[in-house]
Amino acid sequence: MSTTHDHGHDELEPRDTAGSDLALRQGDDAVDKFENPGFGPHRPRRSDVEPEANKRAERQVVALFTISILGTLGFITAYFALPPGETIASMRVSNLALGLGLAFALLGIGLAAVHWAKSLMNDHEKAEDRHAQRSSDQTRAEAVAALKDGAQDSAIGRRGVLKGALVSSLALFPLTIALPLIGEVGEDWNVSKFKRTMWARNKKLTIDPTGRPIKASDVTIGSVVHVIPEGLHETEAPLDEKAKAVVLLVRLDPRDIKSEQGEGWSYDGIVAFSKICTHVGCPVALYEQHTHHLLCPCHQSTFDVADGAKVVFGPAKRPLPQLPITVDDEGYLVAQSDFHEPIGPSFWERLR
Amino acid sequence: MKALAARRHDRRAPAVLLLLALLLTGALYAVLAPTSADAAPAAPSADQVETGEKLFQANCATCHGPDATGTDAVPSLVGVGAAAVDFQVGTGRMPMQMNGPQAQAKPAQFDEEQIAALAAFVASLGPGPAVPSDEQVDPALGDPANGMALFRTNCAMCHNAVGAGGALSQGKFAPNLWETTPAHLYEAMATGPQNMPVFNDATLTPDEKRDIIAYLDLQGEDAPGGIGLGSLGPVSEGLWAWVVGMGLLIAAAVWIGARSS
Amino acid sequence: MSTTTSAPTGGQKAAAKTADYLDQRTGIGGAVKEFARKIFPDHWSFLLGEIALYSFVTLLISGVFLTMFFVPSMNEVHYDGPWPAMQGVEMSEAYASTLRLSFEVTGGLLMRQIHHWAALIFMAAIVTHMMRVFFTGAFRKPRELNWVVGFVLLILGLAAGFSGYSLPDDVLSGNGLRITDGVVRSIPILGSYLSYFIFGGEFPGHDIIPRLFTVHILLVPGLILALIGLHLFFVVLHKHTQYPGSGRTNANVVGYPLFPVYVAKAGGYFFIVFGVIALMGATMSINPVWNYGPYDPSPVSAGAQPDWYMLFLEGSLRLMPGQTEYVLFGPDGWTLSLNVLIPAVVVPGVLFTLLALYPFVESFATGDKREHHVLDRPRNRPFRTGFGVALLTAFFILVLAGSNDLIATHFHMSLNDITWAFRFLLFLGPWAAFVVTKRICLGLQRKDRELVLHGHETGQIVRFASGEYIEVHKPLDAHERWLRVQHDAIRPVEIEPAEDSRGVRRTGYRLDRMRQRLSQVFYEDRIEPVTPAELAASHSHGEHDALGSDQEKAPAQLLGEGAPTGGGRRLRSEDETDADGRNS
Repeated sequence: MSTTHDHGHDELEPRDTAGSDLALRQGDDAVDKFENPGFGPHRPRRSDVEPEANKRAERQVVALFTISILGTLGFITAYFALPPGETIASMRVSNLALGLGLAFALLGIGLAAVHWAKSLMNDHEKAEDRHAQRSSDQTRAEAVAALKDGAQDSAIGRRGVLKGALVSSLALFPLTIALPLIGEVGEDWNVSKFKRTMWARNKKLTIDPTGRPIKASDVTIGSVVHVIPEGLHETEAPLDEKAKAVVLLVRLDPRDIKSEQGEGWSYDGIVAFSKICTHVGCPVALYEQHTHHLLCPCHQSTFDVADGAKVVFGPAKRPLPQLPITVDDEGYLVAQSDFHEPIGPSFWERLR
Repeated sequence: MKALAARRHDRRAPAVLLLLALLLTGALYAVLAPTSADAAPAAPSADQVETGEKLFQANCATCHGPDATGTDAVPSLVGVGAAAVDFQVGTGRMPMQMNGPQAQAKPAQFDEEQIAALAAFVASLGPGPAVPSDEQVDPALGDPANGMALFRTNCAMCHNAVGAGGALSQGKFAPNLWETTPAHLYEAMATGPQNMPVFNDATLTPDEKRDIIAYLDLQGEDAPGGIGLGSLGPVSEGLWAWVVGMGLLIAAAVWIGARSS
Repeated sequence: MSTTTSAPTGGQKAAAKTADYLDQRTGIGGAVKEFARKIFPDHWSFLLGEIALYSFVTLLISGVFLTMFFVPSMNEVHYDGPWPAMQGVEMSEAYASTLRLSFEVTGGLLMRQIHHWAALIFMAAIVTHMMRVFFTGAFRKPRELNWVVGFVLLILGLAAGFSGYSLPDDVLSGNGLRITDGVVRSIPILGSYLSYFIFGGEFPGHDIIPRLFTVHILLVPGLILALIGLHLFFVVLHKHTQYPGSGRTNANVVGYPLFPVYVAKAGGYFFIVFGVIALMGATMSINPVWNYGPYDPSPVSAGAQPDWYMLFLEGSLRLMPGQTEYVLFGPDGWTLSLNVLIPAVVVPGVLFTLLALYPFVESFATGDKREHHVLDRPRNRPFRTGFGVALLTAFFILVLAGSNDLIATHFHMSLNDITWAFRFLLFLGPWAAFVVTKRICLGLQRKDRELVLHGHETGQIVRFASGEYIEVHKPLDAHERWLRVQHDAIRPVEIEPAEDSRGVRRTGYRLDRMRQRLSQVFYEDRIEPVTPAELAASHSHGEHDALGSDQEKAPAQLLGEGAPTGGGRRLRSEDETDADGRNS
């Protein structure tokens, strides 16, 4: 029944089998297969057979182009007539008018062009032959010969020292760009700064962002205060310091406290923990008053403030470092010292 | 918008009317709530306290106990102040409908007078935050820029940057704040309902609380760029990019690829 | 414009002169002759890549507009403009200029929203285009290299999106950078130094915005442009693939000419893509940075998530249990944060490596060295289709995990329960998706066989004189049938035994054995296409219902046309001869 079973599909194959020296056999060769039936009949469109439909399609294309022109005109009008102004409403109207003008200007052109192509342009499919990507054996041989000739002319094969010098110089010169780049791009490369914050003995805890100092007596049970060190804004790089020094202050009923990270680090139920997550460094700030849980909104690590900020859920492993606090003579909350371990996400030399 | 919808789809008219009625109630309430609040700071009459106690014994004592000192699972109401009652009962969170991760807001179960009476009774049990005055919660008097700075630091982590709400652990959540009345916003900050922390007058001064209210007053579905997409951030934007953007573009591609009839 | 060839108009003369001028200096005539009528096959799924291309052009246009007004600086300024909630607030110049171009430049907000929507669409189009190429096997020889180019474009797209997302210097993107810093720091040995390398010292420093700006507007788009050029060059070089169908073979390409059909269709589609994005920019708010506020390391807002294409990383970080952070070599040793490295480096590494290398793995498994220009129907390659769906399922589960807080609030569920469910689903989901997809593919193939062998049901019942009832089936015509039988039946490779006849162990046996095992994984379960012999047998037999089960070859009974048969199907065998007649 089928004698020309390889029609089409395997025409490119014979050349390529030259490369398959493995002991492999294709599973699908040499079985009988159906033949490609060739192109089906062409189905004319309505616009091909009905002159009326053809005319209508043309009118539609013209109408779409006209919409585009109107869109552009609308955009220009909106640009002059509707500046964004001062209120949300005027900004929205301006944005909407300009955007709709632009959208109509563009969609008009796009829909017109496609409609034109679909309904009015010749829709008879055409076929083109493909050729294998591989160049012919002769071309390959000539290419190899060309390269050999070139190598011969340069005589590079016989001059080992020259070859070495060429390779070395090419390999070395990028250092002239890389060295200053790498040297300067990381500022002073002093990564030990990760381990210190600006907290120190007797530094007052102040409210973020106003900078008001906090009296211990002002903190009620169940309240949470976002804290920055006093004098933060006077430092050289306030954001860099703030990124390490932010602290969350919570007052618990002292009876609820199960554990702390250090003896005497809290004051009358007031505990202070670093606000920077030990996972990847988001500010951990969602405090649940009744459960004493502190949740990170980024990856949902949950810390138990009543239990030394131990991790109860999520991808963090270490508790949030606790800031030892006390009160000064006037009753203001102050730090006893800096944190006793690096704050924030882990890094390779964190404990070194 | 809703009135227009009602005209177009007659079948839905009753539902829309109901909605309108609810909105009206809400609006009325928004107007009335501060007035009742005014009364609270002024020494409540013994009458009011007595009415409040009766209401309390009938509706609240089952859980909070006859002397309102609570149990292990139920908080004591001694010292929570009138503000806590006005918030919890005024937003319908109390009396609680059912046990769950947290009490849900629902239509208030008591009228203004009853709430004021309950508040007076609870306030009489111990000193606590009072219901704020009209002036204390007037958004027009606040500074929204300072309010935004404070909101970002103290509230946005739970309630989302513009107060659209967000998730907490174990099924709890921080609610959307767009429909909350200024007085209730103030009371929530002052009393720390449910798992919300307390922001007393030392942490956030009354002026700062009003600044926050002024900031929230500017928020809502309105955005300068068009539909706000719930102000939920990149996730909802991504969803809309796929549904609307890729939806329209793939539909156009199918149209281009299809043969003209 | 009614013109005749005899009398050239002024316009035509001018065109001819220009063409002559150009051709004398460039020889462009040859290129026009070569490419003007180049044939491209028509199918909607071939336009998915064009969405990516056109949204990239949209990004370039809107991006140039934005650079005119954006100031990539982290210097602190105080805001003074129309937005009430920002009056007097201290912010970086980058953030202030973003507000200015959004609120005070007419059309600026539109351009910004167009730019951001176009970025989301760009990535979505790349992913869908890649799915189309994957599921239809368009990556097979000779297009493996172009698959790799496309893969690199995907990665560059992620880089472009990430660097641009952070430029406004708002709280949301700033926290994204902070997470990046945390992830980078977790890399063993080099981590802290890489962090300094990126931020020019400690986070956040003063350099990150200008650096990202250069990356975003010069480095990455330059590379993307160059690679798009290479990508399209390959498309022209290889000629486009085509779906199987009557007349379409591996040695031809069937479709419409570039000029005028594709100039109009593809050109028009550019305007449609830009237009749809403009419509989105006009009506839907995106990335309202004024809601988030200028960057400050202390605040964070609920719903802190990246754009959708990075959401899978966020999900992966959220799902990872935290116990896997270790301190090596004693209590004061080196910290190894597998709780960050696994989800942020290993998981995407595995997903992307599988994706990048798949064409090479498949060609190794099949030992197939032929060129392929006719696409596969996904059902005919059950393993590949199942694998692709499994990979997508894993990606989708991670995306959902990255949105778990929104799922929790919108469906009133517990965040913790959702996280636990996704932890299990990440392993079970892809596996289930693979099994189900593969079964569906095999089922569809069986249905195809069934249809080819039995034809369409007509609903007509015929009663024979003997009293036998049969339903008349209308056989498929040659074109319908061709679609269902054109594919190759690929079987697991067979290899030569380990030892030759003299008992000497063959070199290369181990590699072959590996290839065979892999090949079995790919092709052990399969349904083969109907052969002419089977069709003939089914027509001559009443017993054909027994055919068509897995791996079962038709019994080699080639009965002639005139062989005596039972059953009623011979009633319509004219169609068969008709169809065959076309080809001979």
